[in-house]
Amino acid sequence: MTLSTMLSAMGEGMLRSCAIFFLTILFSMPLGMVIMFLRRSRLKLVSGITKIYIAIMRGTPLMLQLLMWYFGPYYLFGMSIRGYRLPAIIIGFSMNYAAYFAEIYRGGMETIPQGQYEAAEVLGYSKTQTFFKIILPQVVKAILPSVTNEIITLVKDTSLAFTLAYNEMFSLAKQIAASQTSFTPFIIAGVFYFIANYAVAFIMERIEKALDYYK
Amino acid sequence: MILEMKGIKKSFDDLEVLKDISFNVDSGEVVSVIGPSGSGKSTLLRCATFLETVDAGQITYMGKSAVTTNAEGRAHYVPHAELNQIKRYFGLVFQQFNLFPHYSVLKNITDAPIHVQKRPKEQVHAEAMELLRKMNLENRADAYPCQLSGGQQQRVAIARALALKPEILFFDEPTSALDPELTGEVLKVIRQLAEEKMTMVVVTHEMPFARAVSNRVIFMDKGVIVEQGDPEDVFGNPQQERTVQFLRNYQR
Repeated sequence: MTLSTMLSAMGEGMLRSCAIFFLTILFSMPLGMVIMFLRRSRLKLVSGITKIYIAIMRGTPLMLQLLMWYFGPYYLFGMSIRGYRLPAIIIGFSMNYAAYFAEIYRGGMETIPQGQYEAAEVLGYSKTQTFFKIILPQVVKAILPSVTNEIITLVKDTSLAFTLAYNEMFSLAKQIAASQTSFTPFIIAGVFYFIANYAVAFIMERIEKALDYYK
Repeated sequence: MILEMKGIKKSFDDLEVLKDISFNVDSGEVVSVIGPSGSGKSTLLRCATFLETVDAGQITYMGKSAVTTNAEGRAHYVPHAELNQIKRYFGLVFQQFNLFPHYSVLKNITDAPIHVQKRPKEQVHAEAMELLRKMNLENRADAYPCQLSGGQQQRVAIARALALKPEILFFDEPTSALDPELTGEVLKVIRQLAEEKMTMVVVTHEMPFARAVSNRVIFMDKGVIVEQGDPEDVFGNPQQERTVQFLRNYQR
């Protein structure tokens, strides 16, 4: 098998890895915001349940969570899991990453001095205006380095989808490596992850620079 | 009468910070509030600006009741919408300035008039530039707060409060976070506003300033108003032993 046939065989897997990546970002980042608000709720019950949720998401392996999301509905409700592979992966990744993002957002919220809220209140801003105009932009700036870390981890974690026999790039690399008794597919996979993360770091650095105009 | 506060009580847990305080401000008056730390003077200001809720008492702005107290002695605030209307009567300048770091100087001043009061952009901009001229900062309109000195930041904060055209402006220790050589420029601005008959209440530790600029001085200690009156009387001939003691400590 030549290098170019290997590459084209793995190409489709790369697309699948990208799909997991982008869909997870799309769902987990806003969902993290919701979880952060629930976690900060003044209702003890709500914040308590959210705390447990976050503890489970962070305290158990993502691989195990993926298996649970995929096979759980079948064992619990006898649901047919045909065609459910990708949805289960996206749910699993999104629920897991949302917990991490929620904690990052929460940390960011805590960096905002009380005086910012008080100034906004005295100036007459509504609660919504205060959050979106005054607080959120400052939170975004504060959390960018941690978000970059999390996104880079996600790029590499997409390979965990092999647990559910989903043919993303890393699963294909393993299959080809086994059938061809060659190490080359793993090197291709490594280069792929490296380039993807280089791009992530590059873009995030650009965003950080763009927000450098204030302290 | 711009502000009337009557029978204000406020406790934090078991600590009684304001014990039945009554306090009025007339139009055009400049009132200085002095007293040792922990005397409740900042809390009084925070209650007047609704940053803290009082336990009991009445607060009335421009004849409009914001807080009343029922027969059981518990404070009752008017509904949200009404309270928001009343909030327009006052502005507050903080000790720590609390400018929005991600907004330029100009945007700090214009954003609330445009997006809260919904006034026309061009008009607000023109007024903001005028305010910056008054604050001697017209060339810093595009700067960000982090590029300014503390004194400049505080003057922007004053301009930001004035842009909403309040009837009364509160200052919570406006120079306490500043280096000594920067307090002068902020006090000069407040003095200038006093000459223009802006109604102001200034919580301050700057005794010479309080004496020179205000029409009335209030000395607070342990949650009560110990003494108040004409600055020359309070500073020159204090009647209460506690006031004498406090002022003596200050002169040393």
